[in-house]
Amino acid sequence: MTGADLILDYAVHFALIVLCVAFLLTILRVVRGPTLPDRILGLDMLVGIAIGFIAVIGVKTGYTLYIDIAISLGLVGFLATVAFARFILARGKTEEDLMAEVRAAARPHGRKVPGPADPKAAHRNPGGRS
Amino acid sequence: MIDVLVTLVSAALIVVGSLFALLAAVGVLRLPDVYTRLHAASKAGTVGSSLLLIALALHAEDAGTLSRALAGVVFLLLTAPVSAHLLAKAAYSVGYRLSSNSVLDEMPQKSPEN
Repeated sequence: MTGADLILDYAVHFALIVLCVAFLLTILRVVRGPTLPDRILGLDMLVGIAIGFIAVIGVKTGYTLYIDIAISLGLVGFLATVAFARFILARGKTEEDLMAEVRAAARPHGRKVPGPADPKAAHRNPGGRS
Repeated sequence: MIDVLVTLVSAALIVVGSLFALLAAVGVLRLPDVYTRLHAASKAGTVGSSLLLIALALHAEDAGTLSRALAGVVFLLLTAPVSAHLLAKAAYSVGYRLSSNSVLDEMPQKSPEN
């Protein structure tokens, strides 16, 4: 093994460790990410890091057949991101809207007389009959 | 001689590409809202993956592998901006807010009942 091959070996190991750290940080964003676009973005990023992993493993082992897998993985990741973006558009609500709907549904709306807990409705309907 | 040079360039590309991927991951983790995170993911992440694929193409020294790796790089460079723009457009039009540190929102304001 010549010196250059030794350097390449060190570089491959360094890259594997760094890609592992990047993968874990992105997973942390996917888990934590407060909104749905954050999670979709994290999944897109995971696909990119996986393509990098495949390239480094291809350099390490010499199995260049992995490139086909990397290309098809990129295609699948792109289509998944596009489909999720269409889903966000089709849903048309943010998480705040959904939580507001849930709170509105959980509020007791059976009673007709607005109590002091609902000052806006009392202001809108001062007679108490609706 | 040329083999040593190609191996060294490939090693350098592997190191730089993995560091770009790490930078993108740190950006995705640290930036405040989804629109700024898209900058990190779509630019630094794409450069990281592309550099690693180019390193594999150089290391293989085979015309078929090189052309397929370059096709993968071109595919990444074509699809990453499209998906990032689509995701940002969908998030903005649905109403995900910018972070409070944002200075300027140049998109036209929506109608008030939305």
